[in-house]
Amino acid sequence: MTVSTLVAEVTATELDEPGGKKRRRHEKQAGGRRSYGMFLCIVPFLILVFLFSYFPLYGWIYSLYDYKPALGLSGSEFVGLQWFEMLVSSPTQMQQIGQVLVNTLAISFLGIATSILPLVFAVFLNEVRTPWFRNAVQTLTTLPNFISWVLVYMIAFSLFSSTGLVNSILTDSGLITAPIKFLDTDQHIWLTMTLWSIWKGVGWGAIIYLAAIAGIDQSLYESARIDGAGRFQTMWYITVPQLMPTYLVLLLLSVANLRNNGMEQYFVFQNAFNQQHIQVLDLYVYNIGITGNSLSMATAIGMLKSVISVILLFTVNAIAKRVRGTSIV
Amino acid sequence: MTTVSTGVRPRRAGDMIFTIINYAVFLLLVFLCAYPFYFLIINSISANDVSALGDVRWWPVGFHLGNYKEVFQLDGLPLAAVVSVGRTVIGTAVTVLASAFLGFMFTQSKMWARQFWYRFVIVTMYFSAGLIPVFIIMKTLGLTNNFWVYVLPFVVQPFFIILVKTYVEAMPESMQEAAEVDGANIVQIFFRIYLPNMTPILATVAIFSAVAQWNSFQDTLIYITDQSLYTLQYLLYMFINQANSLAQAAQNSGGNLSSIVSAATSQTPTSIRMTVSVIVVLPIIFIYPLFQRFFVKGIMLGAVKG
Repeated sequence: MTVSTLVAEVTATELDEPGGKKRRRHEKQAGGRRSYGMFLCIVPFLILVFLFSYFPLYGWIYSLYDYKPALGLSGSEFVGLQWFEMLVSSPTQMQQIGQVLVNTLAISFLGIATSILPLVFAVFLNEVRTPWFRNAVQTLTTLPNFISWVLVYMIAFSLFSSTGLVNSILTDSGLITAPIKFLDTDQHIWLTMTLWSIWKGVGWGAIIYLAAIAGIDQSLYESARIDGAGRFQTMWYITVPQLMPTYLVLLLLSVANLRNNGMEQYFVFQNAFNQQHIQVLDLYVYNIGITGNSLSMATAIGMLKSVISVILLFTVNAIAKRVRGTSIV
Repeated sequence: MTTVSTGVRPRRAGDMIFTIINYAVFLLLVFLCAYPFYFLIINSISANDVSALGDVRWWPVGFHLGNYKEVFQLDGLPLAAVVSVGRTVIGTAVTVLASAFLGFMFTQSKMWARQFWYRFVIVTMYFSAGLIPVFIIMKTLGLTNNFWVYVLPFVVQPFFIILVKTYVEAMPESMQEAAEVDGANIVQIFFRIYLPNMTPILATVAIFSAVAQWNSFQDTLIYITDQSLYTLQYLLYMFINQANSLAQAAQNSGGNLSSIVSAATSQTPTSIRMTVSVIVVLPIIFIYPLFQRFFVKGIMLGAVKG
């Protein structure tokens, strides 16, 4: 996820000032004839982009039909806004969607609230003065970022299921008599999901801050020390403020990327017990669309997500313009 | 003098305490991140009757490596391994080549409407039609239950194109000019001059792409129902969640396993899960420390530009 935020940042500048300050290659020839040959070379790739990114937008039309894959679009019945009316007319449906929205926003909010942790991690790791220990910490804590959510779930399963390691240790030591259901429960789902995200991402997220710390002007620390600042004071009054701009940019981008929180994590962790609180929008769309086979309804709900993300993106963009002076999109 | 020393001493003591706590906290974090992997590994090489009881905690009990031979006799597992390796190798190769080519081409300001097409590609990072419309398109294109669904959607990756483009822009223009004078066309210039000189950035792209391919799970879930196209990740998911399919798989391979009657080596759901997990994670554990600098470089290139 962090990569994608950074990615967004790169593109932000790319789109902001296309070619802008950068030296344009072959400026002289650029004024002359245009090369269609070069364009033809990339056409096959543009077709792929069109097929996989643009053409599916046309699929939004399915939300106006009662789409049956066997009949095709022409054979399916045109129902107009029926699905959208259903979303708001039936109280049970409304309640379910409401719950899904609350789940999505709550998990996203917890993600944003804990986004400071990689910074904290980096600031304290910077105080570790033993190079090999630092490197070992960095390598080992980054590893979870590179495993799939299926494997994270496997780890959760082998450690926290009712026959898992934690329960067997607790039972052996006589602290509990019946195994604690860590996974098959509806309790604290938002929190546990956030904790797993932190476990997976905090080490990787810290790398960017460690690099930023390496770039801080050393004379700031020297003059602070001459003024009698202690370790905590240099951390608090120099390191942290110096990292704040980076943090704010990443924070804004993570808000803009809310829509990308995906479904893999929630899909692997979902079960009959926790479904009510784990179902985020993407997962809900999958559950009713692919599993439940009501493709049109799922398309309509998916569009809801697009609308929310566009609103968020523009809001964040407006904030970024104020805070940073430049927009991020 | 005395005032100074009294002023310094408590701070030093405080420093010591802070240092100790700091190291301790990081040791704990390292434990939290590394132990789960260690746990999977020691369970996969322990006596299967002990691991099934959950009694393997700190070191292997009844060490044996038989599980690794036997899981490959499970129904579908060898094939899933081939599919996983296949998609990783082919997908990565195609993505790297396409990113290199497009990243290079988008630096060519002579290209017709270059700026427009560049944006046309990059802006796809910011929107998605959603899961269902994409699913229907894939179905229409005949990509469901098709190996190429693992490759084609990943050919054009905007982030990688940006990385390559940035890299090429920093290379000396005279390289291209000299080749043009010699009469080379744009494709020759790309393959003969630029591609060989891009390896550092392509290594970064390759490593990110390979990890993403190896770990991918959602595409199998959505687009694939044909068991012969299942990946290791998907199989592992099924093994964790569907005790039935696991028992089935173990039984089907029974013909080969029945000769071994010892409880310590006959397969249990736990031993199968643990062993498959280790097979899935081992490539990552091995390549990550080796290629860490490429990963870090990737994230830095992204950040520096921002």
